[in-house]
Amino acid sequence: MNKHDPKGIPHTTPRQSATFTQDINSDIRRAAATGIYDIRGGGAKRKVPSFDDLLFMGASISRYPLEGYREKCETSVTIGGLHAENPIELDIPITIAGMSFGALSGPAKEALGRGASAAGTSTTTGDGGMTPEERGHSDKLVYQYLPSRYGMNPDDLRKADAIEIVVGQGAKPGGGGMLLGQKISDRVAEMRNLPKGIDQRSACRHPDWTGPDDLEIKILELREITGWKVPIYVKVAGARPYYDTTLAIKAGADAVVLDGMQGGTAATQDVFIEHVGQPTLAIVRPAVQALQDLGMHRKVQLILSGGIRSGADVAKAMALGADAVAIGTAALIALGDNDPKWEAEYNELGTTAGAYDDWHEGQDPAGITTQDPELMKRFDPIEGGRRLRNYLKVMTLEAQTIARACGKNHLHNLEPEDLVALTMEAAAMAKVPLAGTDWYPGKPNTSY
Amino acid sequence: MQTIDLQDIGLREMNKTLHAQADTTNQTAWEIVNPKGAHAIACGLDAPIEVTVKGSTGYYCAGMNQQATVNIHGSAGPGTGENIMSGKIIIEGDASQYLGATGHGGLIVVKGNASSRCGISMKGVNIVVQGSVGHMSAFMGQSGNLVVCGDAGDALGDSCYEARFFVRGTVKSLGADCEKKEMRAEHIEILKGLLDEAGIDADPSEFTRYGSARNLYNFDVDNAGAY
Ligand SMILES: Cc1cc2nc3c(=O)[nH]c(=O)nc-3n(C[C@H](O)[C@H](O)[C@H](O)COP(=O)(O)O)c2cc1C
Repeated sequence: MNKHDPKGIPHTTPRQSATFTQDINSDIRRAAATGIYDIRGGGAKRKVPSFDDLLFMGASISRYPLEGYREKCETSVTIGGLHAENPIELDIPITIAGMSFGALSGPAKEALGRGASAAGTSTTTGDGGMTPEERGHSDKLVYQYLPSRYGMNPDDLRKADAIEIVVGQGAKPGGGGMLLGQKISDRVAEMRNLPKGIDQRSACRHPDWTGPDDLEIKILELREITGWKVPIYVKVAGARPYYDTTLAIKAGADAVVLDGMQGGTAATQDVFIEHVGQPTLAIVRPAVQALQDLGMHRKVQLILSGGIRSGADVAKAMALGADAVAIGTAALIALGDNDPKWEAEYNELGTTAGAYDDWHEGQDPAGITTQDPELMKRFDPIEGGRRLRNYLKVMTLEAQTIARACGKNHLHNLEPEDLVALTMEAAAMAKVPLAGTDWYPGKPNTSY
Repeated sequence: MQTIDLQDIGLREMNKTLHAQADTTNQTAWEIVNPKGAHAIACGLDAPIEVTVKGSTGYYCAGMNQQATVNIHGSAGPGTGENIMSGKIIIEGDASQYLGATGHGGLIVVKGNASSRCGISMKGVNIVVQGSVGHMSAFMGQSGNLVVCGDAGDALGDSCYEARFFVRGTVKSLGADCEKKEMRAEHIEILKGLLDEAGIDADPSEFTRYGSARNLYNFDVDNAGAY
């Protein structure tokens, strides 16, 4: 008997709203208490259709597999051969995405360079400019050309092995950067030419060009300055992949980097991360279609990013037509980010291992997304580099395992015909048949 | 004096020739004829040479300049002198949008007017405009000086950091967090130096100084409307 209900009338069970969930309610309370939107790092946390909704079929009577340890399955890729004198040759098609010095510590950038170089791939600078640590430890370094132009200078530009013009990021298509005062150390402040300790906003739009016609001229200028030697990539968010890919190619890009909404960021508004952009699975086929329509597939390379975690993801991205992938979040986890060994400290910060995303606050217990000298000491760049190399090797082996099972002697030979989809959504987005059928929504010349 | 006819040898050959000049070159005077508004003329220079372009230029002339002096005997297209590091650019005519965008150092002088977003995100460059500048000039300006002998358009110095703006005429409106500042002796000194270097005869005491009110440096909910 309930003390509020002496007559013993049965109660309905307490029920949580599917609309006003505990998560949502905590958002509302936080907003009410602070008056500012929530800023965090990482990518979309909501569940979206993804590569997990695709499966490879493997070999059968009509397709025979390659022998695991004997028959070769190549993994190399060349990026930027169309216009550049010195294209980038990679041993594996998994690159390290651009992550800013400022968001990451100097030793973390060094570890990314070490790991990538040991695995035969490239790494990328980020907002804030190029540091000697990462140039020194990266065999192949892609230099990002961002709207903020923090730290941008022609000497570093000429030291780069490729240039990546950043138009957008999957986590925040149309948004700029944010680096809060806590992380503006003397070194970061000096590189960015800003006072120490202030909040830094990185512009969302390039200061000296807008639109595809200007982009073509900007690419011309960068090529002239670097003597047409290095490839020029254009990075776009997964917003309008068909048109953005088309326009980037027409503007003269050597490669297109396409970043889906699961893609991580150092910091931006949570509302941006969760509600703007398209899932990585949804953007590959339109981009590949654009390349094919212009006769540029495999001539201009497509590098896909946003939530790539395993060799299976790599294989699926490549089967749908990408030439390579890029990883950000997964690389940080390989270095030790969000490791449960720091659980007690995550708890002190009001979070738990795996959920820690307040990277902008600079208190990372793992010493990776921080500029605090004491926290930074916890991170060993040599050990970090080794871990990243191991992880890249595992991903590559996994992708090769799948490719061999599908009878492919190069990862690039994987094709959409190797795949089926588990859901109608994934079938429609990837344009591969729903498992057990020969149909996907939108398939030409079918009635349904 | 070395003369290059751009229509004859083309952009790549011209820039290659200029890029080949070392710190120690004794061929310091170059003249480019028939520019015909081409883009990316004399960008990425890094030697103490003096290049004179006989005519108007397109986008990004003298972009990322280091050490060199580039004279434009005509008007200059968008993004002229973008990300200039050092050296000098002198434009005899008018300048289009984004003049000296993100420039880190050096001096840009415009004898005519400069269009919108002049000195956008400037990071140390000095820009002296004899005429007027358009809207959103020095947007997010970080450091360096923008001197305007005429008038400034809407939203001067919006969201600026530590850059200084000196305007002789009127300012149509100030951007978010940009305010009028006291002109102290040290500022008169700086301004006088810049006017002298630009070869412009103007009385520093007639100028007003503007700069950041520094209210947006760290987020404050009471300023949310200004973000
Ligand atoms: C800590 C961090 C910093 C980042 N900084 C940049 C940056 O400076 N410039 C940029 O274009 N992208 C930046 N990104 C996005 C990555 O380049 C990439 O698009 C993204 O991480 C890919 O998705 P993933 O994290 O799911 O692998 C950053 C991402 C992270 C996680």
